Amino acid sequence: MNAGTAVPGGPERSVAARRLQHDPRVRVALSVLAVIALTAVFAPLLAPYDPRAQLDIAHLQSQPPSLAHPLGTDTYSRDVLSRLIYGTRVSFTVSLVAVSISITFGTLLGAVAGYVGGAIDAVLMRLVDAALSIPAILLLIAVIALWGEISIVSLTLLLAGLGWFTVSRLVRSETLAVRNADYVVAARALGVPAWRVLVRHVLPNAIGPAIVSAALAVGNVILLEAGLSYLGIGVRPPTASWGNIIEEGATRVSDVWWLTLFPGLAILMTVFACNALGDALRDALDPRQLLPAHDDAPFA
Amino acid sequence: MRRYLAARLGQALGVVVFVTTFAFVLMHLAPGDPIASVLSRPNIPEAVREQWRASYGLDRPLSEQYLHWVGNTVRGDLGFSFSHRRPVRDVFADAIPNTLLLSGIGLVLSFAVGIMVGVAQAERPGSRRDRWLGRLLLVLYSVPDFWLALVILILLAYRLPIFPAGGMTDPVMYDYLSPGAKLLDRIRHLALPVFTLAILTAAGIARYQRAALLAVLPSDWMRTALAKGLSWRAAVTRHAFRNALLPTITLFGLSVPAFATGAIFVEKVFSWPGLGLVVINGIAARDYPLVTAGVMAVSVLVAACALIADIAVAIADPRVRLG
Repeated sequence: MNAGTAVPGGPERSVAARRLQHDPRVRVALSVLAVIALTAVFAPLLAPYDPRAQLDIAHLQSQPPSLAHPLGTDTYSRDVLSRLIYGTRVSFTVSLVAVSISITFGTLLGAVAGYVGGAIDAVLMRLVDAALSIPAILLLIAVIALWGEISIVSLTLLLAGLGWFTVSRLVRSETLAVRNADYVVAARALGVPAWRVLVRHVLPNAIGPAIVSAALAVGNVILLEAGLSYLGIGVRPPTASWGNIIEEGATRVSDVWWLTLFPGLAILMTVFACNALGDALRDALDPRQLLPAHDDAPFA
Repeated sequence: MRRYLAARLGQALGVVVFVTTFAFVLMHLAPGDPIASVLSRPNIPEAVREQWRASYGLDRPLSEQYLHWVGNTVRGDLGFSFSHRRPVRDVFADAIPNTLLLSGIGLVLSFAVGIMVGVAQAERPGSRRDRWLGRLLLVLYSVPDFWLALVILILLAYRLPIFPAGGMTDPVMYDYLSPGAKLLDRIRHLALPVFTLAILTAAGIARYQRAALLAVLPSDWMRTALAKGLSWRAAVTRHAFRNALLPTITLFGLSVPAFATGAIFVEKVFSWPGLGLVVINGIAARDYPLVTAGVMAVSVLVAACALIADIAVAIADPRVRLG
């Protein structure tokens, strides 16, 4: 409330922006995410080898890191660095697309439920309660195990379809808080149509929690995809993803450790960046909220 | 309180209904039907398959099948596992005690460590100790469960062969050991999975505990405690900590899904013969009844733990108990 109020035009926004600018977590997180995104975009230029090429199955199988292959080769003599770089593309894109869909859907659904209320709201929130109380990975295992093979597109859609619960509940409670605020009542009284009230007056107030949960969700979905791929039911080989490189190494952990170590570090860095960004955004957008809210509690 | 408990119980029942319906719908949406895959030889006439379908009730309307299935599930009949060649219930009866042993010890350890770290941070918010512990926790919180388990396995079972690489007991020597040595063997096999599970979940617990403590620090009674001359440390540990314990009980309920997820991966990596390993091996074996029943069983366990936690909060918190 101190320096920010002096800025004309939007004290609250500028307080949040200033907090973010001065937060070291934001700088670290954004740098890491920028590196990951650039790697994903320029994968063909960066990768020294073809990620699917079995270079020399007789002599280059499971070689430890060397100058020619900085991260070693895998059990099919493919270059691990190249697979990791192309895997960045797959893992990062799957997560970004899935989260964009689920956050949009969850935000709209939460806003409508909160604004309209009544039976729609009650049914929807009971469903969200039930879905949130089951570990996401179990729901995914149940669905994918029954279908067996699953394409990357269906995997993305599935991750999106099971990712909107938390955000819809957060947005709903924000919507409930402003539903009967004076400016919303005024807009209604002036005859503004409901959808317009929702989009222009209600949603902007609920967007903060949605942004925070989007940042956290990107990391979360990367973890889920990696976990599924590790179990052999996520992204299928020969397409490389961070998780399935680890899966390939998991059968040979006693000697081929580089297949486990490097993709795991990539996942760790990315998820750490997302979580740090999410924490920083939460602190900046809502400094009152010291205790994590029930739904985006530490294990969301 | 009675009304609250009734509502909460209704919610838990809702979860169970949701999960069982979800499992039923999934099984029926999945491609292929069980009879066609069991009687797959082409020289079996279609009439035989029809007869089998009729005898298993698969020709009845879906609603009737659903009621029948719910009835069976409620009575504990979870179907027949193809890959184990025995009822799913028996497979689970063998696996669940192992899972409970692993996660029970893991739970106690992770809460002990998590709460201690959270208090150590909240005692001096913003201090160097708080900041570094916070970063460490965020790293642990971001680490993929299965990857941390694999790294620990590589380091402490292969590079430095201090602990066995998997299983519950030594596959060859166990039967020939003395009782004391048997116990030691079991502890050695438990050590890595329990340690992994505990540090994986302790991170979330510590983050939550720190936030819970910081939320009560600005209270009036904290100011009173300090004003009457208590040291900061005594005020935090004697007054704030007690008030921050209530969220910790809630946290138990919240942490159960994370525990279940962690336990699944830890069991897989360390070949711990629990429910998680059974379900994961069932995926590879295409054992649908086993996988669906496993998902259902874990979900119900999770819902039950969350319910217990909420009831415990209701009993411990006078605002809920008397309200």
